Amino acid sequence: MSETAIRVEGLAKCYRIARALGKQPYRTLQEDVIALPRNLWKRALGRSDTMETFWALEDVSFEVTQGEVVGIIGRNGAGKSTLLKILSRITNPTRGRADIYGRVGALLEVGTGFHQELTGRENIFLSGAILGMRKSEIARQFDAIVDFAEVEQFIDTPAKRYSSGMYMRLAFAVAAHLEPEILLVDEVLAVGDAAFQKKCLGKMEDVAVDGRTVFFVSHNTQAVRQLCGRGILLEHGRVVADGPTDSTLTVYNQRLREMRVDAETGVNNPENRRGSGAIRFTGVSVEDLGGAERYTFAMGDTIRLRLSFTVHAPMRGAAVVVALRSGMSREIVTSVRHVVTERELAPGVSSTVVIDLPNVYIRPGEYPLYLHLGEAIQSPKNYDVLDDMTPPLVITAGGRALHDNFDQTKPLGVFSIPSRMTIGEASGQQETEAPVAPQRPHIVR
Amino acid sequence: MTASATVAAAGRQPDPGRRPSVVIQPTSGWAALNLRELWTYRDLLLILAGRDVKLRYKQTGLGVTWVILQPLVAALIFTIMFGRFAKLPSDGHPYIVFVFSGVVVWNYFAAVLQRAGNSLITDARLITKVYFPRLAIPLASVFSALVDLAVALGVLGVLMLVYGIMPTWRILLLPFFIGLTAVTATGVSLWLSALNVRYRDFAHAMPFMLQVWMFASPVAYATSIVPERWRLLYSLNPAVTFIEGMRWSVLGTSSIEPAMVVLTSIVALVVFIGGAFFFRRVEQGFADSV
Repeated sequence: MSETAIRVEGLAKCYRIARALGKQPYRTLQEDVIALPRNLWKRALGRSDTMETFWALEDVSFEVTQGEVVGIIGRNGAGKSTLLKILSRITNPTRGRADIYGRVGALLEVGTGFHQELTGRENIFLSGAILGMRKSEIARQFDAIVDFAEVEQFIDTPAKRYSSGMYMRLAFAVAAHLEPEILLVDEVLAVGDAAFQKKCLGKMEDVAVDGRTVFFVSHNTQAVRQLCGRGILLEHGRVVADGPTDSTLTVYNQRLREMRVDAETGVNNPENRRGSGAIRFTGVSVEDLGGAERYTFAMGDTIRLRLSFTVHAPMRGAAVVVALRSGMSREIVTSVRHVVTERELAPGVSSTVVIDLPNVYIRPGEYPLYLHLGEAIQSPKNYDVLDDMTPPLVITAGGRALHDNFDQTKPLGVFSIPSRMTIGEASGQQETEAPVAPQRPHIVR
Repeated sequence: MTASATVAAAGRQPDPGRRPSVVIQPTSGWAALNLRELWTYRDLLLILAGRDVKLRYKQTGLGVTWVILQPLVAALIFTIMFGRFAKLPSDGHPYIVFVFSGVVVWNYFAAVLQRAGNSLITDARLITKVYFPRLAIPLASVFSALVDLAVALGVLGVLMLVYGIMPTWRILLLPFFIGLTAVTATGVSLWLSALNVRYRDFAHAMPFMLQVWMFASPVAYATSIVPERWRLLYSLNPAVTFIEGMRWSVLGTSSIEPAMVVLTSIVALVVFIGGAFFFRRVEQGFADSV
């Protein structure tokens, strides 16, 4: 039973990136024709191309046996998605080799190939065929798909009239019935509500229980911990840890804390470091009121961010945005924006600002930070972004009994708000310690 | 890399009876066409073509009317301009039927080029999110445009009935000329769609190119007005043969010669095979550049 499902040897992928920032990634014929004599001249002189290269994957090797559930962990730009794209044959590696034993189902997004104008029925066949199913196979699974998605009465309605929840359920249902021997999944849990995420996770667990191989890429460390027996940590396109999920996650968290942010951090990673370079963060630290650097806070603590930056090109003022992402879905949960100055800033100016977030009543969990630095009047190009480049904030319950109305394992919602329960008639004012009359209706405020 | 990879390969040799179902390796240069894989995805090809047809008839309010009206109006204008005003010959047929038969084939050809040429850009999201033989995308356009062609051929039948033109045994060769059109159109659009991914300004050049090509083809006039000595050079344009071939098989007479058919068939095959290999060569980079 311990037969190989995937064998990866020395896999590497190199991307060419445009010479100047903000340039289109594709070429125009006009450009190439004009550049031709110059390039020929350069080649004749033995000068190299001006195109910069970026190694998304440098040297990745591992082996996965059948029935294993493997989580790929790593920050943005570590090469997780590139690895998945190579394994699902969307893009080709520059070097190395991967052998795949068995039928692969890749789920890189929910709703691939769905079309708004087509009905649910038409979309099932379209999406199924795109994912690699034969028409007869889809027809056989049709009822099961409709059942899983719970869209029976809307099956002949165009998808554009679907609610986003229905749309998502139907799209995932098609993919879930693909029955591959090897399932590659990327971030699909990042969409949809908690119930949907649970359903997806459940379906993936079923796949794993069936003895099929699952290859799961996610930012959601909680889901990785719950689902995967083995974790592979990627950093800068290399495997830095490979072992039981818990030990890999420990290494991951350790690495995140050691990470220092400066002007150069991740500049080559357009995913998390965008912008024109007119202004750059030069330092970020998260501290408590005592000035000690830390990333773990109890609910109700004050979080202090110390942000330094340098101006490299004239800026019309400066403003910072501090936003918290959800560790589960990665959407931005809340944000604050402060204008530092509205005056013109000359190149060379440096400054440090301190932003306090007092009484943060968000539920315990991990919250990656999204930091943005732009002009006072929002402009589309002069900015800098650090998206998940720092360790995530970790919020713990602390000792606050008033707010412990949550279940640690089910992060329902984000904010912790004070609440009180009254039992009996709504008019009754007495407060009870415990629900003594469970049969009667109760009101939760 | 080499050292560790060799150790891994030597240390864990899989049992010899088991071979990987997929080997992923860098490819460079010319890749094989891999028609077998395309065949396993034949359902996808048909479903994609079906999607194009459904969307075309769902999204336009006029639907079928549009497919009928557009070539009819074009034929009417050409009839007035070239037949009435310029008094060009039409090989002895009513000018409107003569022109319409040309417009029908040309429209199919142009529709394939236009749709298939842009298809990779239109379906960029698919290309970056899921693997399947990329050839399926432009090929689907070749099939979906056949539906419009069928409708237009029906209109042509009605027109012929109105003018009392009876088809002869030559109509049996109509499928051959439609096939020739399809092969030429596929070949050209494989080049176009692949180039379109690499060079975005191709999208702007395409309508212009189609227009020039149309006037260089006997859509609105007869090949007989082209001087005899230029005829062979003229028929290097494959559109000349399939338009005149269409007229020959439907209307019975036309200035077509067997040499032209042979020449065009060769040109079409060369363009088609070359296009398929070119497409395969550049398809590796599609996901990185769309």
